[in-house]
Amino acid sequence: MQSSVQLQTLASREVSGLDDKKIKMQAENLSVFYRDYQAISSVDLPVYNQKITAIIGPSGCGKSTLLRALNRMNDLVSGSRAEGNIYLDGQNLYEKNVDVVDVRRRIGMVFQRPNPFPKSIYDNVAYGPRLYGIKRKNDLDEIVEKSLKQSALWGEVKDKLHQSGLSLSGGQQQRLCIARAIAVEPEVILMDEPAAALDPISTLRIEELMHDLVKQYTIIIVTHNMQQAARVSDFTAMMMIDDKRAGRMIEYNETNIIFTRPKDKRTEDYVTGRFG
Amino acid sequence: MNNISHRRQTWRKSVNVVMLSLTGLAALLVVIPLLWILGYVIREGLPAINIQFFTELPTPVGVPGGGIVNALVGSLMTVGLGLLIAAPIGILGGIFSAVYPNSPLGLLVRFSTDVISGIPSIVMGIFAYTLIVLPQKHFSAFSGGVVLSFIMLPIIIRTTEEMIRLVPNSLREGSLALGAAEWKTSFSVILPAALNGVITGVMLAIARAAGEAAPMLFTAFGNPFMNADYNQPVATLPHMIFIYAISPYEDWHAKAWATALVLITLVLLLNILARLLVWWRARLLGNLK
Repeated sequence: MQSSVQLQTLASREVSGLDDKKIKMQAENLSVFYRDYQAISSVDLPVYNQKITAIIGPSGCGKSTLLRALNRMNDLVSGSRAEGNIYLDGQNLYEKNVDVVDVRRRIGMVFQRPNPFPKSIYDNVAYGPRLYGIKRKNDLDEIVEKSLKQSALWGEVKDKLHQSGLSLSGGQQQRLCIARAIAVEPEVILMDEPAAALDPISTLRIEELMHDLVKQYTIIIVTHNMQQAARVSDFTAMMMIDDKRAGRMIEYNETNIIFTRPKDKRTEDYVTGRFG
Repeated sequence: MNNISHRRQTWRKSVNVVMLSLTGLAALLVVIPLLWILGYVIREGLPAINIQFFTELPTPVGVPGGGIVNALVGSLMTVGLGLLIAAPIGILGGIFSAVYPNSPLGLLVRFSTDVISGIPSIVMGIFAYTLIVLPQKHFSAFSGGVVLSFIMLPIIIRTTEEMIRLVPNSLREGSLALGAAEWKTSFSVILPAALNGVITGVMLAIARAAGEAAPMLFTAFGNPFMNADYNQPVATLPHMIFIYAISPYEDWHAKAWATALVLITLVLLLNILARLLVWWRARLLGNLK
């Protein structure tokens, strides 16, 4: 029974891989409030399957808030409240009977600063799978190796899996966090400025890694770095605060259009660096 | 112009030297009495210490020899029981008030630990006396352990809470983003990250409880004989120091100093042991490599 379900998901993934325009997630008229303050206002954002969607915009325009609404991390902030809908494969994530744990398993997250747990490299990657009941050592070994290989870290750490994750360099730590996120086989990976705290070479490696990961996962990345958005993403959403200081999505399109012939003057000013 | 800036620089440098000397002096003033007390206790206590001191029961006045084995056992029993009660409750309570600092229960925990830690320990002793000793109609090691747990609890709760708050929130988010529940996150990510601090808090609580004499007057009561029954009164080290010290006998005064030396040494050893544990754990994780 279970294997037939797995086969079905595999099959649907393959089919969707061929279909260039399958929507994986969709934010619909989404607003997020922190108590009385409205952080983002009626955002509509489509997220295409196995594509990289970048969210760009000046500081404080609600990029991270939008990202954190997508896997309901904002629920953790007391006084926060979301209106509108977010669909993952057509299922509304803000419906009452939706299990937050399930949402976060299906939508992984990588943060701005590498945040490996103070555990061994192995235990960092095995943390998620263990949460979901995988206990046999062989299974865990396999998942750890596969995840570390996918995050292009295996070669560097395979001989020291039982050393602390904190003993790695910043770039390695971030790839460890990516391995930790993909170990639970999410469908979507959210990245909140994943290279902002890294040096240029580590940044490049993360970007290369995103190109590899997108063959299997759907990626949404928040970034301050416009070159990065231009380099890695397929679609770009431009956000900006309105006169009430709430973040709005002012333009959304394929990345090359946003960066070459945007429709909105503000987008053009921002991507060409003329934004004041 | 140049001359003025040079003079200003000289002035700045001399102020710096003066301020540094003042802080150094203050630090010295703190350390001197501590070392003095320690040295004095060693000088007065060491001559009375021998093997019998750790293995024998106290002797009556004038009878040479004798030891404090009953108080060693009693202190171990009462502090051990106190720790057994206070450590789990204190650590769990500390985690709770760190994770939900603004919840009504979190505020209540913080408020009540502040109040409890301000209550003199002798009042705690009277409280335990009315709560346990009076209904049971006898003094006991059990009541002594309970009163020590009251004294340890606020220390453990507060240090646990503070140490857990020092753990970067990004770790908590990392775990929650993987779908881990809040309790799972607290136990398998945050508590291990804060463990060194939490252990330090527990050690502080033990040191404090091991030195409490006043509440023992109403609870453990003291016992010149060997006792390992929690329903019976026991002697404890600080209470023993009190009895020996207020006696008019020269011989007992020496024993008071010796007992004090034993108490201080035990607390010190415990601290070193805890540091070793923490160090060993860090090495196991490869942080020191």
